[in-house]
Amino acid sequence: MGGVTRPRAMTASDDQHDERVVLDAARVASSLDALTEAIVTRHRESTALALVGIRTGGLTLAHRIAERLSAKTRAVPVGAIDIALYRDDLFEGLPRPQVGSTELPFALPGRVVVLVDDVLFTGRTVRAALDALIDHGRPRAVELAVLVDRGHRELPIQADFVGVSLDTSRDEQVKVRVGADPSQDRVVIRTGRRS
Amino acid sequence: MSKGMRHFPHRHLLGIEGLSAEEITQLLDLGESFLEIGERPIKKVPTLRGRTVINLFLEASTRTRTSFEIAAKRLSADAVNVSGSGSSTSKGETLLDTARNLAAMRPDVVVIRHHASGAAEFVSRHIDAAVVNAGDGTHEHPTQALLDASTIRHHKGTIGGLEIAIVGDIEHSRVARSNLYALTRLGANVRLCAPFTMMPRGIESMAGEHRSRVSTHHRLESALDGADVVMMLRIQRERMGDGPGRFPTNREYSRRFGLSPRTLEHARPDAIVMHPGPINRGVEMDPSVADSGRSVVLEQVTRGVALRMAVLYLLGAAGPIPSDSSDAP
Repeated sequence: MGGVTRPRAMTASDDQHDERVVLDAARVASSLDALTEAIVTRHRESTALALVGIRTGGLTLAHRIAERLSAKTRAVPVGAIDIALYRDDLFEGLPRPQVGSTELPFALPGRVVVLVDDVLFTGRTVRAALDALIDHGRPRAVELAVLVDRGHRELPIQADFVGVSLDTSRDEQVKVRVGADPSQDRVVIRTGRRS
Repeated sequence: MSKGMRHFPHRHLLGIEGLSAEEITQLLDLGESFLEIGERPIKKVPTLRGRTVINLFLEASTRTRTSFEIAAKRLSADAVNVSGSGSSTSKGETLLDTARNLAAMRPDVVVIRHHASGAAEFVSRHIDAAVVNAGDGTHEHPTQALLDASTIRHHKGTIGGLEIAIVGDIEHSRVARSNLYALTRLGANVRLCAPFTMMPRGIESMAGEHRSRVSTHHRLESALDGADVVMMLRIQRERMGDGPGRFPTNREYSRRFGLSPRTLEHARPDAIVMHPGPINRGVEMDPSVADSGRSVVLEQVTRGVALRMAVLYLLGAAGPIPSDSSDAP
């Protein structure tokens, strides 16, 4: 399910960062196709599936996967979960995160929820998302789909479905840029000062 | 995660006077996010787990104190209520000693309501915790203005350009003052309405650069003419002290300044009716108006909990605000 990818040498710099594209729009699309395929394979007969995008990076991706699932098998409901209030770093003296809304337009009991996020890194976001989800009810099962797994886990959390694995160093930043226009989708790695 | 991270550059919430329009809007937006928690079966998030919020209510209040208590508990904080009667203040302890004694128990937030204007700021200078003003004398009641603005914005889409009438004992009203700051800053025109005996002279100047948005009225009909929002204030006999009354009888006040179906007709047909509560039915507001579809009083209460959660969320962290803005890991 995806392999380790060496970052390519396309670079763009601003005065603080070097930024290089590691997945262009075509590769993002094919990664999403592969993710969808893997979910379909595992849940071929299931009518209990729901996708829940972790705000904000995971929500657009959840909708992209849902479109593909709808074309391949059947429509799957999509929810959004905001984890700002569940973070474990709220008292580190950092700026207060913006709090978005959590909308789960389906009942949780009996559901298999696939959490969707853009980048799996330390695992703390997913831990917070699990706590937030379970505060809304008791799903039958929770699985995790991510576009990028960049390693460096700080908690025992693993994804069930991975688009691509990236070999990164800890001080690099991986940004998934997906928006209204899929032809502009890309994943970039930034080095340099965090801002 | 640089997007959406922000500093709220205030350690305390003592009033609306010190907030910019942008900061007020930030608080209103944040309040929206907390509404959903009150709709869940389990109305709790772990955000302020283990933090201590002390409600120091040295002036009578049930609804504001309950609202803050629920807000703190929904954030998983430990909420402790200290009220006026039965507290050490009734034994003659000064506010300073009360504040210092509480500080020695290391609260994270102190929410204070007091009969003296300036009490909240006074406490903030003598305590390490974040201080939220829940009403100090006739000075300010910032969370009330925030929940009022939030309710107005929800019904009218925007606050800028609205005509908002605030009717009642303006002189003794901290609700009127906080709303005056908030609503003019957000671009609304505010009509203050009261008998001559209850309208401070020159109150328009409180709005500073926005004073042209403020008008004063001594007739209810002119204040309501074409208004989008009608906010009625409680007649506060307890705040008027002894001596000659400010008006002859409740009945005369209610005839001249009370909101009835007839006087409400002067406002726009889609005008909403607001009141900070508790309502003196039959005095400042006719029961039929209070119970009508135009009244958004109960929604104010619901939004009050959400806005107070937003304030506690922003202020409830111990520790300094950093001087640089860096991402979280």
